[in-house]
Amino acid sequence: MTSLKKLLLGEQGLVVIFAVAFAIVALTVPNFLTERNMLGLLQSVVTIGIVACTMMFCLASRDFDLSVGSTVAFSGMVAVMASNASGSILIGLAAALLCGGFVGLVNGVVIAHFRINALITTLATMQIVRGFALIASDGRAVGINDPSFYQLALSKFLGIPTPIWVMGFFFLVFGFVLNRTVFGKNTLAIGGNPEASRLAGVNVSNMRIWIFALQGLVCAVAGVLLASRITSGQPNAATGLELSVISACVLGGVSLAGGRAAMTGVIVGVLIMGIAENVMNLLNIQAFYQYVVRGLILLLAVLLDNLRSAAAGRRS
Amino acid sequence: MQDFLEFRSISKGYPGVQALSDVSFSVRKGAVHGLMGENGAGKSTLIRLLSGDQTADEGEIRIEGEAQGYRSVRDAFRAGVIVIHQELQLVPELTVAENLWLGHFPGKGGVIDRRQLIRVVGEKLAEIGIDVDPSAKIASLSIGARQMVEIAKAVMLDARVIALDEPTSSLSSRESEILFALIDRLRSNGTVILYVSHRLDEIFRLCDSLTVLRDGKLAAHHPDISEVTRDQIIAEMVGREISNIWGWRGRDLSVERLRVEAICGPKLKTPLSFSVRRGEILGFFGLIGAGRSEMTRLVYGADKRHQGTVTIDGTIVPADNPPQSIRAGMVLCPEDRKFDGIVQGRSIEENMAISSRRHFSPFGILDLKKEAELADRFIAKLRVRTPSRRQDIINLSGGNQQKVILGRWLSEQGVKVLIIDEPTRGIDVGAKSEIYEILYELAGQGMAIVVISSELPEVMGITDRILVMCQGRIAADIARADFDERRILAAALPDVPTEQVQPS
Repeated sequence: MTSLKKLLLGEQGLVVIFAVAFAIVALTVPNFLTERNMLGLLQSVVTIGIVACTMMFCLASRDFDLSVGSTVAFSGMVAVMASNASGSILIGLAAALLCGGFVGLVNGVVIAHFRINALITTLATMQIVRGFALIASDGRAVGINDPSFYQLALSKFLGIPTPIWVMGFFFLVFGFVLNRTVFGKNTLAIGGNPEASRLAGVNVSNMRIWIFALQGLVCAVAGVLLASRITSGQPNAATGLELSVISACVLGGVSLAGGRAAMTGVIVGVLIMGIAENVMNLLNIQAFYQYVVRGLILLLAVLLDNLRSAAAGRRS
Repeated sequence: MQDFLEFRSISKGYPGVQALSDVSFSVRKGAVHGLMGENGAGKSTLIRLLSGDQTADEGEIRIEGEAQGYRSVRDAFRAGVIVIHQELQLVPELTVAENLWLGHFPGKGGVIDRRQLIRVVGEKLAEIGIDVDPSAKIASLSIGARQMVEIAKAVMLDARVIALDEPTSSLSSRESEILFALIDRLRSNGTVILYVSHRLDEIFRLCDSLTVLRDGKLAAHHPDISEVTRDQIIAEMVGREISNIWGWRGRDLSVERLRVEAICGPKLKTPLSFSVRRGEILGFFGLIGAGRSEMTRLVYGADKRHQGTVTIDGTIVPADNPPQSIRAGMVLCPEDRKFDGIVQGRSIEENMAISSRRHFSPFGILDLKKEAELADRFIAKLRVRTPSRRQDIINLSGGNQQKVILGRWLSEQGVKVLIIDEPTRGIDVGAKSEIYEILYELAGQGMAIVVISSELPEVMGITDRILVMCQGRIAADIARADFDERRILAAALPDVPTEQVQPS
């Protein structure tokens, strides 16, 4: 009993729970463990997965970003409109990255320099940017003219769709950045104690601006891939994404109080979200129930995290 | 002799550390009992067990012969045991009266009678002799007054045992005296006070009896404090004799290294100037509120300067921010280690490498091997007591945290000026002299060191020169040969005109 408790509340507790849940689902739910379903599952979490990479940095540095959903929709829209207008997909991509990065930069500068609470700032930009997306498209979906734009999402490499590769690549890169670079360590240090980090020579406001700018850029990538998959720029795409992404991060053990984050945890968090949805689809459970289940999973994860830190507190 | 509070063979272990093993001692009714020991000796653990925050692995706490099996802070409250921590537990936006009633407001159906609230509290405060306005907001009170309120709260809850953990660490000497008077009154009411402090003079001033812990074990128990000497207690704490804790020795003070000219900022209106030579340890002394820490932050660039220049070896240091100061060779060990010094939740290794890693991280990619080597080297050099460099810094004692922060700066390249604010606050005697030794060694290598301290014996013991601050100005500049306790104190007191202090 105590060793089971140790296992569940230890560092890798979430991974263990994930493995067990996966095994149970694989054995009991028909059609779950098929190549097609697995790829579909991964496809469905691409947006959440990509954005979670930088959300992890945001949360780890004690910040918060609610504007990600809007930024994804807006930059997807920009990508479609700019490539339609210019006839070049590259220009579309560049425009999307520019816009996404700009939104992030604005978030960062307002939060770090003008010292406005991140929750409020991104709540505002979330609405402003969603507004931009609606204004630019007049509230309607914008179709893609050049069919090769679809190829971004449809193309495959070694049998696996490109967006999944992109997500995997981001997982690797940001896992490395978090654990093995000065940027990652400084992010965690800021989250652990901002003032001590500043006095120890970390340029805290620059770091925060960078983190938000990076978040914007990554949202743009997710937005482009999403637009390509749904074959249009949708002003209402990715609504509520911010909540799914933050849920995935918290599920993965990222502390909302800052200072604690792990890429493996976030990956597992993203996958748990994906599997829950996928299984409910396979079992033909009405979509409305999915909200309830998602909320319950999040609550359970937070409870588990609480138990875990209490256990860690007793240990220290 | 009736034993009121008794600890019976208390043991408590954490993974890797046996914090307390088989500690037994007892305290008489109406006694102020001192609890001393180096950091890591087990005092905090004992207090934590007493407060109900944690439970002992073995042994029991008895009050009036009755074993206390409480398992939470609330249970301990009900048993009449209240621990007052260094970080006070008051709600700043509520008034004194509201804070005192918090958790058990009187009144019918949730409606609070404000006037009755304030009247009852006023009477209670007058009864125990605390001069605080019950309708004042906590945020408007000084730290000293807040501490009084905290104690008043304990009295209101009919506390039979009150434990005070380093209560004077942020009090001025006048505030401390008021606190001591209050403790004396509580003692005569029969309350048992467990008094944790590093300050020997306070222990002798207040306590009737004393327990010394060392490495989690009972080192000595003195039922009557008049039978022990300071040296004896120090020896019991460290387990060895320390003949001279200061260990100051003369150094060659040569050319000017740091020059501060006419700096002022938002909280420091009068321009300040001073300079420090290579190899010099300059002390800043002053009462709380004299502006020492504000001055420090301005020099370091932690706060924006309105005007003035800081030069190191003739080169101007930009006024803007700490990273630039560090590049120019100036580093700061802040006063408040918990809030400004350590990064909680991160390892010793990461706390040490936070600044210096940029020198060996090409393109921002860490060299984990070098980082580990660096941490191990400074853990050994500074004798940080820890099972591993991966230990979360929050688990270290104050002295060891200070050493890690020193290690952070020793691992930097080209440090020329070290500013250290309250170098040994909350640090025990043994670690103190180790930190002083480190400072002497650094000064010997030509570093200019600025020590800010509110402990007069410390400033006089370790510095080459003292600048006394008073009300945001430098009131006196005294060389070691002229160190004189009365003269320094006189200069620090705001009421005395500085002219009278200067030698005629």
